[in-house]
Amino acid sequence: MNLNYTTPEFIILRDLQKCNNCGLCVKNCSFEAHYYSKHQRVESNSAKCVNCHYCVATCPKKALAIKKHPLEFRHNSYWTESAIKDIYKQASTGGILLTGMGTDREYPIYWDKILLNASQVTNPSIDPLREPMELRTFLGTKPGKLELDKTNNLSELMPPQLELQIPVVFAGMSFGSISYNAFKALAIAAHKAGIYFNTGEGGLHKDFYEFASHAIVQVASGRFGVNQEYLENSAAVEIKIGQGAKPGIGGHLPGKKVGEEVSKTRMIPLGSDAISPAPHHDIYSIEDLRQLIFAIKEATEYKKPVLVKIAAVHNVAAIASGIVRAGADIIVIDGFRAGTGAAPTRIRDNVGIPIELAIASVDERLKEEGIRKHVSIIASGGIRNSSDVVKAIALGADAVAIATAALIAMGCHMCQKCYTGKCNWGITTQDPELTKRLDPDKASQRLLNLLRAWSLEIKEMLGGMGINAIESLKGNRLMLRGVGLNETELKILGISHAGQ
Amino acid sequence: MLKREGQIRIPSGCAISGVMDKKGRPFSGATIINSISVMRERSNGLGGGFAAYGIYPEFKDTTAFHVFFDDKIAQGELENQLKKYFKVIYKEAIPIRRVPSIKNVPIIMRYFVTPKIEKIYQTNLSEEDYIIKFVFNVNTHIEGAFIVSSGKNMGVFKAVGYPEDVGEFYKLETYYGHIWSAHGRFPTNTPGWWGGAHPFNLLNWSVIHNGELSSYGSNREYLKQHGYQCNLQTDTEVVVYLFDLLYRKCNLPLDIVCKVLAPPLWDEINRMPKNKQQLYKSLRAIFGQALLNGPFSIIISTNEGLIALNDRIKLRPLVAAEKGDMLFIASEESAIRAVCYQPDKVWHPRGGEPVIGLVETSIRSNINLKEASS
Ligand code: SF4
Repeated sequence: MNLNYTTPEFIILRDLQKCNNCGLCVKNCSFEAHYYSKHQRVESNSAKCVNCHYCVATCPKKALAIKKHPLEFRHNSYWTESAIKDIYKQASTGGILLTGMGTDREYPIYWDKILLNASQVTNPSIDPLREPMELRTFLGTKPGKLELDKTNNLSELMPPQLELQIPVVFAGMSFGSISYNAFKALAIAAHKAGIYFNTGEGGLHKDFYEFASHAIVQVASGRFGVNQEYLENSAAVEIKIGQGAKPGIGGHLPGKKVGEEVSKTRMIPLGSDAISPAPHHDIYSIEDLRQLIFAIKEATEYKKPVLVKIAAVHNVAAIASGIVRAGADIIVIDGFRAGTGAAPTRIRDNVGIPIELAIASVDERLKEEGIRKHVSIIASGGIRNSSDVVKAIALGADAVAIATAALIAMGCHMCQKCYTGKCNWGITTQDPELTKRLDPDKASQRLLNLLRAWSLEIKEMLGGMGINAIESLKGNRLMLRGVGLNETELKILGISHAGQ
Repeated sequence: MLKREGQIRIPSGCAISGVMDKKGRPFSGATIINSISVMRERSNGLGGGFAAYGIYPEFKDTTAFHVFFDDKIAQGELENQLKKYFKVIYKEAIPIRRVPSIKNVPIIMRYFVTPKIEKIYQTNLSEEDYIIKFVFNVNTHIEGAFIVSSGKNMGVFKAVGYPEDVGEFYKLETYYGHIWSAHGRFPTNTPGWWGGAHPFNLLNWSVIHNGELSSYGSNREYLKQHGYQCNLQTDTEVVVYLFDLLYRKCNLPLDIVCKVLAPPLWDEINRMPKNKQQLYKSLRAIFGQALLNGPFSIIISTNEGLIALNDRIKLRPLVAAEKGDMLFIASEESAIRAVCYQPDKVWHPRGGEPVIGLVETSIRSNINLKEASS
């Protein structure tokens, strides 16, 4: 007998009194966790369940529930359940462990150890319901001076900027890793909210050219879908050097996700694996990056800002400084909690540094070198809510990018199975049966709701601090205090401890 | 031990007042003392001060350093430095009269100096930056010495006390100037440090300020990038440096500087004609971190005039009035009426709308004290 060492992670509980055997769950589960038994009864195979909640949410009788499987290993603080199970998996497959989304390990969450300030007496707080509260943000390089003519008109226009109505953009998610409908929802929402979506490295499907004015198009190591038309149909161009979920390695979109539309958009053969190399093979050093930045600027006639995205790694501050000097207008720093469609588990869980520390040290370093004004900084990788946004900006970011939060808004339940291409919520899949589950109009409305909710909350927090324009929050670390942080952490974050 | 102001930030409320003669005719400090004394209840005796312009016509081309010293050692140290970098034309103790409420009096000196040309050449700095560097150095590195003001034909007189007592202490009624500003302070704890009182000065810029900047952290970071060390931790210092940066270094016109510090709201910008929209968009995009946020009313003075500015949503009081060639600005109308009988015009400037009063004949032209007063 072929003994399976891997025991189920979850257990599906079916309330037989409620279940009327309709079989919707059988039809709905792409992981085939539900099936018809020989006796035509609906039954479940817990071993296949990924706990994505799709069956629970769609069951008309509300007969289903999923719990963590009660089976436990003998307690061992060192050989934990996941350590043991990973070995079982590798011993049976001989392969690299794959996963989706961002790391789920218990690393410190600095956002939750930073507290915000509010005004009392000496400085009135401002009520956003009664007073204007401004969140408009510009991303791009800023000149040190502004030349005016005698009548106080501009003698020269400022360099190209991205204008955001709220300091949030959508991070790169490619068509291919996410579905057509998910991509469309992001594009519509960005367009309506006055922010930007990002094509990731999957090219821009022609259907979405209408949203070009709100598109950041990515040029990554695989150069999928990159041509003149692509660069033209954009508001800005992003060179992706690395991403927080898997710093230092490339990407792999399995051939089965490369259907006709993806193949056309990426300009690769149908059904072929899309493999992006770990480095750009024309960038082996900082001067090579400079060449690519200026090649893109030439191609777009210096009308579009160029972003460079890097993963937050140990010497991120020095790297960022090099990137500014190489001519980037905007730097995207992606922290180690960033999500992804597929990543080797070991890389995802062990490489990179927290975005909070990365932002603070990059901002500080660029200021020390007197080059901070030449660049805007986008903090990305695990931004969960509006207070994370406020803290990121106070730590020195100009804006943040969100991806996981946007997917959750569209229905993602964080099962981390994106790499399987079987996303039951129709988000990270190309299976037409699954993608049609996501209605792009409804999904974009949910994204808009999220952005609206966050902007209201940001306004409340700003008002509390006695600030009525987001500019005054930028780098304003005096508005932050740490709790339970040690001296080194406080120093890197550039903040005082609560009570100080 | 209680930290000295400058090591910590102390929020405070205040009274402010400013008077100028647009024709540049000097008048006695008695006027401004009378004006500020009306608003006594707006301060609490923990800081008062004056900036006076046109008071040193006989030394108008030299830089006047007003300096506080804790002791003779600090004084010796500063004077050594001064000799190294400047030619000292004249020095004296600033005359004072004893006033019971003014205590812990430091050594108060003034020096009229010109920079040593060869030293300037060595540093490759402009004369202004040379002086700024010196001031920063002294105020950060020489313990017990503090340069209070560093402009030409002007001086700052301040102390811990009610402003009218400070005026009496410094015998300001005996000085004649064409621009005066005054400040009475209401700090929220007891700083007891003379340097912490207003006006705050750098070169010819002096600022008095009522309010607390919630954008302080952001402004300070912005200035740091441009080479300004905010070592005093006061909001007012930030205002002075921003003016210096935007007006002197970035060469922006005064009214535009005010629009950077208190920019129009986006709603307003959206309604402007295209060219203005572009201008204001660029100003906000480029100089966003120079925006002064939170409640404030400030009076900025230079040899060329007075500027008064409110925060964008007018969270602190500011009144202006005119009579003939005289311009008056104050926290309260009473402070104006106390020194100006039946003004021609009194108005409450809107949030973010600067009041700019410029001297018609530039102060650098020859205004002779004796001629003018005779
Ligand atoms: S996108 Fe889909 S597959 Fe990925 S975590 Fe979310 S629900 Fe699971």
